[in-house]
Amino acid sequence: MASKLLNHLRALYTTNNHSPSHRLSNPKLIFHLPRSFLSVSQSLLHARPYSDAPEPIPTGPPLPEKPPTNGGTTSYKKNVSRASNFSSSLNEAELSKFSAIAETWWDAEGPFKPLHLMNPTRLAFIRSTLCRHFRKDPHCARPFEGLRIVDVGCGGGILSEPLARMGAIVMGIDAVEKNIKIARLHADLDPVTSAIEYHCTTAEKLVEEQREFDAVIALEVIEHVADPAEFCKSLAALTVTSGATVISTINRSVRSYATAIIAAEYLLHWLPKGTHQWSSFLIPEELVLILQRASVTVQEMAGFEYNPLTGRWTLSDNVSVNFIAFGTKNHQ
Amino acid sequence: MPLTQQLTVAIIDSNPALGSGDCIKKDDPPDSRVSTVTPATISLFKDVGAWQYVQQHRHAYFDRMQVWDYTGLGYTRYNAREADKEVLGCVVENKVLHRSLLSCIQNSDFQKTIYPSRLTSMSFSSSSSTIGVGGTSSRTTPYTHGNLAKLELSDGSSLYAKLVVGADGSKSRVRELAGFKTTGWNYSQNAVICTVEHTEENQCAWQRFLPAGPIALLPMGDKFSNIVWTMNPKESSDCKSMSEDDFVKAINHALDYGYGPHPHSRLFGGDIFSWLGADVTSSANECFEVPPKVVKLVSGRMAFPLSLMHANSYASKHVVLIGDAAHTVHPLAGQGVNLGFGDAFSLSRVIAEGIAVGSDIGEVSLLKKYEADRKPANIAMMAVLDGFQKAYSVDFGPLNVLRAAAFHGAHFISPLKKNIISFASGEHKLPLFS
Ligand SMILES: Cc1cc2nc3c(=O)[nH]c(=O)nc-3n(C[C@H](O)[C@H](O)[C@H](O)COP(=O)(O)OP(=O)(O)OC[C@H]3O[C@@H](n4cnc5c(N)ncnc54)[C@H](O)[C@@H]3O)c2cc1C
Ligand SMILES: C[S@@+](CC[C@H](N)C(=O)[O-])C[C@H]1O[C@@H](n2cnc3c(N)ncnc32)[C@H](O)[C@@H]1O
Repeated sequence: MASKLLNHLRALYTTNNHSPSHRLSNPKLIFHLPRSFLSVSQSLLHARPYSDAPEPIPTGPPLPEKPPTNGGTTSYKKNVSRASNFSSSLNEAELSKFSAIAETWWDAEGPFKPLHLMNPTRLAFIRSTLCRHFRKDPHCARPFEGLRIVDVGCGGGILSEPLARMGAIVMGIDAVEKNIKIARLHADLDPVTSAIEYHCTTAEKLVEEQREFDAVIALEVIEHVADPAEFCKSLAALTVTSGATVISTINRSVRSYATAIIAAEYLLHWLPKGTHQWSSFLIPEELVLILQRASVTVQEMAGFEYNPLTGRWTLSDNVSVNFIAFGTKNHQ
Repeated sequence: MPLTQQLTVAIIDSNPALGSGDCIKKDDPPDSRVSTVTPATISLFKDVGAWQYVQQHRHAYFDRMQVWDYTGLGYTRYNAREADKEVLGCVVENKVLHRSLLSCIQNSDFQKTIYPSRLTSMSFSSSSSTIGVGGTSSRTTPYTHGNLAKLELSDGSSLYAKLVVGADGSKSRVRELAGFKTTGWNYSQNAVICTVEHTEENQCAWQRFLPAGPIALLPMGDKFSNIVWTMNPKESSDCKSMSEDDFVKAINHALDYGYGPHPHSRLFGGDIFSWLGADVTSSANECFEVPPKVVKLVSGRMAFPLSLMHANSYASKHVVLIGDAAHTVHPLAGQGVNLGFGDAFSLSRVIAEGIAVGSDIGEVSLLKKYEADRKPANIAMMAVLDGFQKAYSVDFGPLNVLRAAAFHGAHFISPLKKNIISFASGEHKLPLFS
């Protein structure tokens, strides 16, 4: 499996060929020449249309210590019971979408079908990268024994449960109370997963509480948060030094528009229409960059490819639609 | 297999072979039930360390095989050497296979318990695919048996399991209780099986097609051979009731001049035995031989009705079917146990893959991978065997040449195979067999 995974440079290179509007002529320069890269990246980040986020990404180095807090959240408060009234990552419109379909988390044929189908594949990536990083035996049934992992935006616990079966001490957090309830009920069905700790809270809240984890994982969440850069900072703050951060999301490419949105929401009816807002997607370079600014260095990246004939997802070096990144927290 | 080692396994079977701790000895009288295991099965046994136990008991490798037809129109001989293979297969008594697998699991250190009992009923807690959050779901006993199947045994005990593997044969209770539908038909044909003795050791597998079906003579080692003789039910009851001497005469008759002359020319191109390996070809320069004479019957005669049955699906939440529970084939080419072992190893690989990524092993999406892996292979094999059964179960009289041509397989089989495949996958009501 590991051999199939792409290192981040190759991933970036591939992305260049796929994303029509942004070209980094020499991706290798990214980490060696941060200043010149940042100037390129600012235009990248500006180019990103933040339709949902009230505040644009902060401009120009040096980065502000704290970006302006998200002022837009409170006005949406109505229906959604959620973690905190005042939290930078919350996008209430997004959260109410998840709240509305919370009961279907574990219906493998329901709205979350793509996540169920993708699960073994993304877990294979996590297994391979974390085993290598933490020097765990990849051939045993519970390789994550002893690792503290937080699953940020855990939803109904589709990812948290396998992580617990693989031996990890798991905390699952989500901003939607309903999700946490479902996750709790489902995890209690099995003695192994009943040890998972679920909380309705946010990454920022955990940072305030000064919690730390060996690995921080947020899969398919960043495209739903109000401020991706701030969100990454929180994830980084939750990661112990030399720990791991894993993020997966959808690429903002033309192909992803066709595949992820049209197919999943309109043709296959997997997802309720409007689940995804294409404009809030990140391209791989942007993710690498905002993680780097949060002191997380992306070490490996891979794409997911869906084969409609077999109904399976596989890891590939094509990051043009869905991709996953594994990074490590730098010493500061 | 470290990945599956942490699983706790319960084996439920009232079969006395499982309970009896006593070992079988090499010079015990031979059993009447044997299986021809293919090189693929042998290597699977070696992988798990079970083959060493088989080797401690009577078993017979064979490297030659002769297939011919009562009409005298042709014959085919296969020789392993010509295909750069050591053997074409190995005939092992069923009790030896059972004992070897049992020794193998007894000597490996995973948690297992044998329940010498029968499964009587099975139930599942309410589906957890959608869980309500609104109500006052007061869970007084969190996770006790929530996501598990409950099995009740004939001795009154009950067990809970994440995964129930139905390996309980063609009349599978697991299949029935889990509500798997099946398709299939009976061949109004019986197989009479028994073990016989020769004056010298037999080292070749023989199969001759007679008007009512094939007779096979399989080497068992120590001058013993096993007979699998397909015939109509009336003939089979005659065969069972006639005196031993008459029965031995009938066998010799069927394997030599009975029903028709010896063939003179090679005719069959034959890929029915292609399961032996991709490149086993018939040997052009080997002459027709007459099988060794049978001198004595050394076991009881058993008759089994033959049928074809295929479960429409092999997997549902918490339940999978393997072996004859999923598919019963015509014993024509001795494929039954080999398909079953193929299933078992495929399932264990799928489970290991699931464990590697933290899946719940009772999850249907995982178990469907096993089904996807095995179903096409099993259906294809069933189609081939059924095709040959059809070709040989009716005496076409003047159409014998056609029948001999059926050995060429491909042309005859493809439309048929297509029929069965669409049939088994539920696209068609019934395939049109004449
Ligand atoms: C005449 C004949 C000759 C054959 N010759 C060959 C051959 O040469 N080569 C070959 O490969 N195949 C041959 N086969 C086919 C082969 O015997 C079967 O394919 C094989 O035995 C299937 O194995 P199994 O474990 O799936 O089922 P079985 O061997 O039928 O085993 C089922 C087990 O389940 C147990 N069981 C059943 N119900 C319950 C219950 N409710 N609770 C608990 N336990 C239960 C039974 O006690 C039994 O031990 C032959 C078949 C026949 C009929
Ligand atoms: C597409 S789901 C992904 C679920 C899960 N991570 C998985 O991949 O199986 C996104 C989840 O993120 C949650 N979410 C969105 N914004 C969040 C935020 N700011 N903080 C915590 N959770 C959030 C949503 O409630 C939803 O459950």
